Amino acid sequence: MSRFKLWEHGVKAGLLSSLMTVLLSLMGIVEAFSQRQIVSGLLSMDYALLGTMVVFMGYVAAKRTSRTEPMWVVINSLTCGMITGGMLLLLILTGEAVNLRAVLVNASPALYKILGFGHGLEASPLLFVSGALCGLFAGISYLLPWAIRRTLIVSLVCVVGAGVLQDMIRPTLAAREVLAGFSEWVFSSNGLTEQSAAALFLLAAGITLFWSLKGKAVQAGFKALPGKGQKAVRWTGIAVLIMILLVLPQVLGLFLSEVVTIVGLYVLLGLGLNIVLGYAGLFDLGYVAFFAIGAYVTAVLTSPELGFFSLSFWAALPFAVVTGIFAGVLLGIPVLKMRGDYLAIATLGFGEIIRILVLSDWLRPWLGGAQGIGKIPKASVAGFEFGMPQEIYYLILAGCVLVIFFSLRLRDSRLGRAWKAVREDEDVAQAMGINLVATKLLAFGTGAGFSALSGAIFATKLTSVYPHSMNVMISINVVCIIIVGGMGSIPGVIVGAIALVGLPELLREFAEYRLFVYGLALVVMMLVKPEGLWPEAVRRREFHEEIEEVEPAASTVSASS
Amino acid sequence: MLKGWKERVTGTDIAMWVIGALILAVVIVGSVATLASGRYAGRHWFDFMVFGLAQGSIYALIAMGYTMVYGVLRMINFAHSEVFMSGPYTAYYVAAAFYKSGFLDSNPFLSMTVVFLVAMATSTLIAYLLERIAYRPLRNAPRLIPLITAIGASFFLQYMFRGLYGPGFQAYPVVKALEGQFVFLGLRILKFQALVIVAAAVLMFALYAFLQRTRVGKAIRAVSEDKDAAYLMGIDVDKMISTTFIIGGAAAGAAGVLYAIMFKQVHFFMGFIPGIKAFTAAVLGGIGNIPGAMLGGIFLGLIESIGPSLFLDGLGIVAPYQLKDAIAFTMLVLVLIFRPTGILGERLAVKKA
Repeated sequence: MSRFKLWEHGVKAGLLSSLMTVLLSLMGIVEAFSQRQIVSGLLSMDYALLGTMVVFMGYVAAKRTSRTEPMWVVINSLTCGMITGGMLLLLILTGEAVNLRAVLVNASPALYKILGFGHGLEASPLLFVSGALCGLFAGISYLLPWAIRRTLIVSLVCVVGAGVLQDMIRPTLAAREVLAGFSEWVFSSNGLTEQSAAALFLLAAGITLFWSLKGKAVQAGFKALPGKGQKAVRWTGIAVLIMILLVLPQVLGLFLSEVVTIVGLYVLLGLGLNIVLGYAGLFDLGYVAFFAIGAYVTAVLTSPELGFFSLSFWAALPFAVVTGIFAGVLLGIPVLKMRGDYLAIATLGFGEIIRILVLSDWLRPWLGGAQGIGKIPKASVAGFEFGMPQEIYYLILAGCVLVIFFSLRLRDSRLGRAWKAVREDEDVAQAMGINLVATKLLAFGTGAGFSALSGAIFATKLTSVYPHSMNVMISINVVCIIIVGGMGSIPGVIVGAIALVGLPELLREFAEYRLFVYGLALVVMMLVKPEGLWPEAVRRREFHEEIEEVEPAASTVSASS
Repeated sequence: MLKGWKERVTGTDIAMWVIGALILAVVIVGSVATLASGRYAGRHWFDFMVFGLAQGSIYALIAMGYTMVYGVLRMINFAHSEVFMSGPYTAYYVAAAFYKSGFLDSNPFLSMTVVFLVAMATSTLIAYLLERIAYRPLRNAPRLIPLITAIGASFFLQYMFRGLYGPGFQAYPVVKALEGQFVFLGLRILKFQALVIVAAAVLMFALYAFLQRTRVGKAIRAVSEDKDAAYLMGIDVDKMISTTFIIGGAAAGAAGVLYAIMFKQVHFFMGFIPGIKAFTAAVLGGIGNIPGAMLGGIFLGLIESIGPSLFLDGLGIVAPYQLKDAIAFTMLVLVLIFRPTGILGERLAVKKA
């Protein structure tokens, strides 16, 4: 690369960054986010979003430039920031001159006001300056040593995360009398107070710095423990985790428990697809079909509305799961020979066929047509009924534990290793004596069984099923969860579900833009970190063959926010 | 010959044949029963066919984008359905403005040309940016990665347009000149359906000629034949891939306006179903094969429009028209099972996919 081309990275990143920021503004995301303060009176979510965007792209620009040219790194990231600021300025000027609103519904005066820092046109040159500052920040932080950069990122993410999730944290704190005073100190009516933000920043920075200085020593200390001691530490950790999981709904309250149950359902679905896609590498986009089958079998068998069987939930559950497995194998047979994109499209077709059949008037007498099936009884154990979200939580938790157990055991079994071999290379796997037909069908069947299980739980959770809740979006959501979390990784599925399902449920402003964010997440993930947030060890090595000790993934941080 | 019979025919093959035979039986029984009942007169069948032809030629136009991109990149551009949607959705605002000012009715030809051009330009831009930003950095990545990116890009674009233009349905203005029907030898054809068929045929022919007769077309064909060899012959491969996206985008944009003329509304989600159908069409014809995509599109359109009445009505299925999408998807699955190379295709989907 010649020296003269060095400026290109800054301009390219700047153009991309301005495209994204202008889009975010015109889509109404910026305006929607302006309602929520992160640090009261200091920083609101809209500016945080725009700033993050610019800093990220500035960082990309810096990263593209060679580190041996520190001056160009700064120049490029600065250019990126300035171009973005300039474009946003241009947007305001255009908006003032022409009425964009006739076409672009979200190009409102409120948006221009936000972009002009609350003052409108006169103050808008500030945009240019702040864009440049963001770019400069990105460039300089890129040149800082990794430990400092990580500290900065972690602490900022902590503060922003606490501010964004205030609605979740505040009621939880306020519900306990002891903590009510503390809650008032931390949160103002909207956003963190300034002193708590500063305290949180320092605390997070301190912990991260400590970890980067002493982390190696702690890990070495753990490794130095005798085998028994290591085991004890590990089991204590697991016991604490179980305790937390058991009391969680009692602490969280109604709304948050509902969110957790939804996340749990997606974890169940994700773990099922993880076997098909993550372990065996079969790209199944019609995964919702088995979810629908599980839900509808449960509904048909239990609901008195149709009056065929009126079984209890527990009696219907095995039928639902077995039907799911059977359907998985059956739908697996025709697509055995397909790979990659073809498989994706064919399974997508299956998913749609199932939905269309369920929706049709033809099968209405049996499946309820567009109105769905209602009056599905709640599950109950010895007189205890799983009705409220807090109670359903335990049902889902049990399901998750069961499925995680199966996944873990399958992963290291002969079958699991056969799946991975098929994922890596079908022809070689077959040459090694793996029976492709049986292996693939078992993957489809197992995945479908898990999906049917979560469908059954879904049916009893809502006490009704509708064809409209069985659309292709569910398949896409689950695929996104697995990919973002890291294919084939069980903790990855949980992280992915929390990040992609939990966060949007908590951030109501998000809800409308959820799929936009999913799409963006998928693309960015594939471009930047194709192995996922919490990848399996094998895959992490695969993607970073040449560079073993790269910077420890910064994105695990953003996942935990 | 018969000696290796047991080794060659596996259980799954038999299962597939059984599935195929069952579906064939349903089709035959259904068709015979429908024809015997005489519920539809010849006039009805003709209407179905014209409708199917119109819809099929739109599918064919979209399918060309899929097939060309598959040819050069060996990937299914999932986001092509959004390229298709973006054109007519943007052009809607032009059409609506023309309608309001009366220009659309006073000068339908000119105004529709402008609408077409706007739609094609938008789709082209989106397709170009898509390739430039999302796909190009992944040129040498493992196969699954561009596919996932394409799915992500598809949702990104869908919801981007939802955010920009709003979530509602927009009714496309009706062109007065296209109302009414031609009567020809006692058969009637709706004017707009005739326009769709003719316009699509002209565009397809132009595209085909472009690919076959021009230097750029030749270069694109060379790239889809063998990228490395083309590079060695002095062809700028990246540029040709961009050009492919641009041409595919323009075709999709035009198809989008035709779709809007036919169904009279636009919506941010309108690309999804036609996109999958067009992909089906591309596979039907043999992916990577341009005449195949045209043929597949028209075939699929006809099946979809005639199928529900012909196959399902006779079986006594209530409201068979609701199942027309199911027929299309069943076709897709059947083709992928029994002839993954498609009608005209030679590339082995099984081996290369």
